[in-house]
Amino acid sequence: MLIVACIKQVPDTTQVKIDPATNTLMREGVPSIMNPYDTHALEAALQLKDQFGFRVVVLSMGPPGAAHTLRKALSAGVDQAILLSDRLFGGADTLATSNVLAAAIKKLNDEMAPVGVVICGKQTIDGDTAQVGPGIAVRLGYQQLTLVDRVEELDMINKRITVRRKLEGRHERIETPLPALLTVVREINRPRYPTVNMRLASEAADIEIWNNEVLKLETETIGLKGSPTWVAKIFSPERDKGEIVGNGYNDPEGTVDLLLNKLLDKDLLPL
Amino acid sequence: MTPTPTIFVPLFIAATAMFIWSCWKRLSLTALGRTENRLDNIGQRISDTIRYAFAQKRVLAQPSGLIHVAIFWCFLVLLIANTEFILQGLFPSISFTRLPESLSMPLFQMIDVVSLITLLAVIAATTRRIVAPPYPEARTFEAFFILFLIAVLMLASFGINAAKISTFRGSTLELAKTITPVSYQFITFIPEGMGKVVHDLSWWTHALVLLLFMNLLPLSKHFHIITAIPNVFLQRLEHPPLPEREEFKVGNSFGSNQVDGYTWKDLLDSFSCTECGRCQMACPADQTGKPLNPRGVIATIKHNLMKNGSLLKKGEPPAIPLIGEGEDSISTEAIWSCTTCGACIQACPVFIEQMPKLTPLRRHLVEMESNFPAELLNLFENMESRSNPWGIAPTERGKWATLLGDRPFETGKTEYLFYVGCAGSFDARTKQVTMAVAQLLDKAGVSWGILGKDEKCCGDSMRRLGNEYLFDSMAKENIALFKERKITKVIAQCPHCMSTLKNDYRQYGIELEVLHHSQLLLQLLQDGRLKLPEETKETATRLVYHDSCYMGRHNGIYDEPRETLALATGEEPIEMARNREGAFCCGAGGGRMWMEEFTGERINLVRTAEALEHEPDTICTACPYCLTMFIDGVKDLKADKVQVRDIAEIIAEAVFRQ
Ligand code: SF4
Ligand code: SF4
Repeated sequence: MLIVACIKQVPDTTQVKIDPATNTLMREGVPSIMNPYDTHALEAALQLKDQFGFRVVVLSMGPPGAAHTLRKALSAGVDQAILLSDRLFGGADTLATSNVLAAAIKKLNDEMAPVGVVICGKQTIDGDTAQVGPGIAVRLGYQQLTLVDRVEELDMINKRITVRRKLEGRHERIETPLPALLTVVREINRPRYPTVNMRLASEAADIEIWNNEVLKLETETIGLKGSPTWVAKIFSPERDKGEIVGNGYNDPEGTVDLLLNKLLDKDLLPL
Repeated sequence: MTPTPTIFVPLFIAATAMFIWSCWKRLSLTALGRTENRLDNIGQRISDTIRYAFAQKRVLAQPSGLIHVAIFWCFLVLLIANTEFILQGLFPSISFTRLPESLSMPLFQMIDVVSLITLLAVIAATTRRIVAPPYPEARTFEAFFILFLIAVLMLASFGINAAKISTFRGSTLELAKTITPVSYQFITFIPEGMGKVVHDLSWWTHALVLLLFMNLLPLSKHFHIITAIPNVFLQRLEHPPLPEREEFKVGNSFGSNQVDGYTWKDLLDSFSCTECGRCQMACPADQTGKPLNPRGVIATIKHNLMKNGSLLKKGEPPAIPLIGEGEDSISTEAIWSCTTCGACIQACPVFIEQMPKLTPLRRHLVEMESNFPAELLNLFENMESRSNPWGIAPTERGKWATLLGDRPFETGKTEYLFYVGCAGSFDARTKQVTMAVAQLLDKAGVSWGILGKDEKCCGDSMRRLGNEYLFDSMAKENIALFKERKITKVIAQCPHCMSTLKNDYRQYGIELEVLHHSQLLLQLLQDGRLKLPEETKETATRLVYHDSCYMGRHNGIYDEPRETLALATGEEPIEMARNREGAFCCGAGGGRMWMEEFTGERINLVRTAEALEHEPDTICTACPYCLTMFIDGVKDLKADKVQVRDIAEIIAEAVFRQ
C-alpha cells in the first residue's frame, strides 16, 4: 500500500509584504519554505511508514525551484519525491491544482501500488483556502477526513481507518474505509528533524519531474485555463493606528493602569 | 627475617612487572584515540608545567591545596629515599652512607624532617576528608586506604632508622640525635634487645607496603601521580577551547558515541583525574541537582574505555555505549545539562578539559540521531529558516535603528560594524541595551553601522548544542558577508556573539577585531571621547557585577567592565563571593537558554539569590542571556525592586545625566 503526502512550497508569509501601489504580493527576495501544515502531513505519513512499513511518496506541484522543498521531504525520510511541474500547470487555482494532484495520485495507484492514504496539510499559508485536499478527495472518490489531529487506528485487515477530527470546541471520531484523504492540523504530531546524513543524501538525490506529457490532462482542466477563480484584489486590512503607552519596564503598575483606563474608555473590556 | 635480596629481588621484579603491566594496559588505550598535536610551543609548555605542576598554582587556589603541595614536594624528596631503599634491597652494599658525609648528612637530615611533614600532612588530609570532605561522595575507602598506606610507610621508615640508631653508642648516637631528630624519638618505642626485630619488621613492612602502593597507583585515582605532570605539560594552549570543525560529506559520521571518537589526549585526561571534585563543586549543573557531574563524566570515560578497550582494539563495536542510561555511560540528560560555562576546566588543577568531552556527544545526538529535547526543534527550525531563535521575520532585525534614522554599515566609510545579535535586535528588553550602546557610540563620535536585515545569527547556540551542520552553514554565510562588506572591526553587545565571531570564526580563516561594548566604552571614557559630568554620583547605588562566562572564563575579560563601572558610578562594583574566574553561571549558556530546566533547583535562582545577599539596588550584567536570567530571577524571588541592567545602560545613565 502507498501513502502519499502532498506538500507545497510557499513564500515565508511572515516576510511577505503587499505592494501598496499594485496590490500584489512582493515575493522578491522572500525565502521559500515548506507550507508549515504540510510538514505535519509529511510527518503523519512517515509515522505510518515507521509503524507499518508502507512506502511513502511525496508530491508537490510547483515551479522547478520547488525541488528544494521536496529535498527537505527526502531528508525527512520519504521514499520517493515527485515534482509536478509544467508551464501548463502555472496560474492554477485550487480546482486546477487538485486536478493535477489527483491525476498524479491516480497514476501512482494504477502503476505503482494501490494508494491507501493521502495526507495533506489542512491549508496552505499563502492561499489559506483549505480546498485542495478536499478537492483531491472528491476527484478520486476517496473518503474525506479533514482537520485530523490524531490517527487512532489503521485496520489493515478490514482496510479501515479511524481518526480524530479537531473541531471548534469538540473532537469527532470517524471511521471510514480506505482509501482516504486526510488533511491534518498542527497538533497531530511533531515533525522530525532530519539527520545530517539524510540531508546530505537528499542534497545529492535526483528529483523526479512529471510534466503534462506524463499526466496527459486536458489543457482546459489545468493551469490558468482550468482555473475559474481569479483574484480581484489583494490588500492589507485597514487598521486603526495603534498607540504605544507608558514605560512598562520602569513603571509596570502605572502602565497597566493607563492601559486599563484606555481600554475602559473605548469600552473594549467585557465587564 | 633479615632483609635479603634472595626474597626481595623476585618480589620486586614481580611487583614492578605488574605495575608496568597495569600502567601499560591503561596508557596503551589512549592510542585508540584520534590524533591531535599537543607538542607545539614547547617553551610555553615547560613554563606552564613548572607553574602548574611543580608550583601547583591551581591546587593552591583553595586553602586545602596546601596539604597537597606539602605531600607533593615531600614525595619528590622521598623519591630519593625510596630509590636508596630499593637499591639497597636489591644490592645490600649500596647505601647513602657511602657518600661523602657532606652529602649524606644533609640528605639524612632532610629525609627525616620530610618524613615527619608527610606524616603530619597525611593526618591533616585524613582529618579534612572526614570533617569537611571536598565533595559529598569523597569519603571513599580507597582515599583513606591510600592515606593510611602513606602513613604506614613513614612510620616504617622511622622504625628502620630508629632501630639502626638504637645500636649506636657515644658520639655516633649524639650525631644521630642531631641529624635525624625525628627518628631518634622513636628509639624509646624499641624494647631492649629488640632492635633487630624492629628493624627487620619495619624493613619488610616498608618494602611490602611500598610495592603495594606502587601497584595500587594505576588502579586508583592515584594514577595521577604518574599522569598528572604529563597531562599538565600536554594541556590545550589555545583559549577558549574550540570544538573541531566537521566536514559535511556523504559517508562521514558526525560527533561520536564511542570513546574512540575522542582524541588520545581526551583519553589521557580520563587517567589523570585526581577526583579532587573541584570541577564538580564549580559546576552549575551539578550544584543545582542536575545529573551532570564533570568529575563523573571523566570517570565514566575511563571506565567505558577500560571495559570496551579490548573490543575497540580489535576494531569491533563497543559493548557498552558511551551515551546511555547505564553505569558506564553518560546519560542524555547529563549531556544536555551543560551550560558550557567552562567552570570545570577553570577549576581543574591538572588541566583536564571536561566540557569539550560533551561536544561530540551532543553532535552525535543531534546530527546522527535527531534525538534532542523537544524544545529545540523550534529553535533549530527558526534558526534555519529565519536565522534567529524566535522565528521573527529577518526584515524586523534592523527596525530598532529607525529611531536613529537607520544606520547601515557602509563599506569604506564606516569604521565599526555594530553586530547587534538576535537578542539585541528582537528582544524588547535587550533592545533598550542596544539603544544605550548606540547612543553612547554616537555621543563619542564613533563611526558605526549595522547590517540590518542582512545581519544573521552568529550561530553560537547551534554550535554549543551540537548542531554543527547548521552552525557551519551560518558561519559560512556570515563570513562571506563580512568579507564582501570588508568588515574587520566589530562591536558586539553579546559575549556569545563576541566569542563566536572572534574565536570560532577564526577556524574559517577570518580574523576579526571584536570588542565587547564594555571594552570599547572603557577606551572611550579613558580617551575622554565620552565625558562624565563632574558630579558622577548623586545617590549611593549598591551595584553587584556578574561575570558572564563567555566574557570572563572564555575570553578573560574581567577588568574592563569593572573599571568602566567604577568610572561611571565612582565606586568599585560589589563582588559576589564567586566572582571572576570562579563566577557561577546564570544558567543560559550552551543553548540552555532555549531549554526547559526540569530537574533540581533553577540555576538562575541560585545565582540571583547569591547576588541578592549583598542587598544591591542594581545587578549589572554584560550579556543579554544573563540579563534575562536575572530579570526572571528577581521576579521569581520577589525582589523586583532590584534593577537588572546592562553595563551600557549604567554608563549611558551617567553620561547623559544632566
Ligand atoms: S561547562 Fe559548566 S555546566 Fe558544563 S560541565 Fe563544566 S562546569 Fe558543568
Ligand atoms: S576532572 Fe580535574 S577538577 Fe575534576 S575531579 Fe578530576 S582532577 Fe579534579
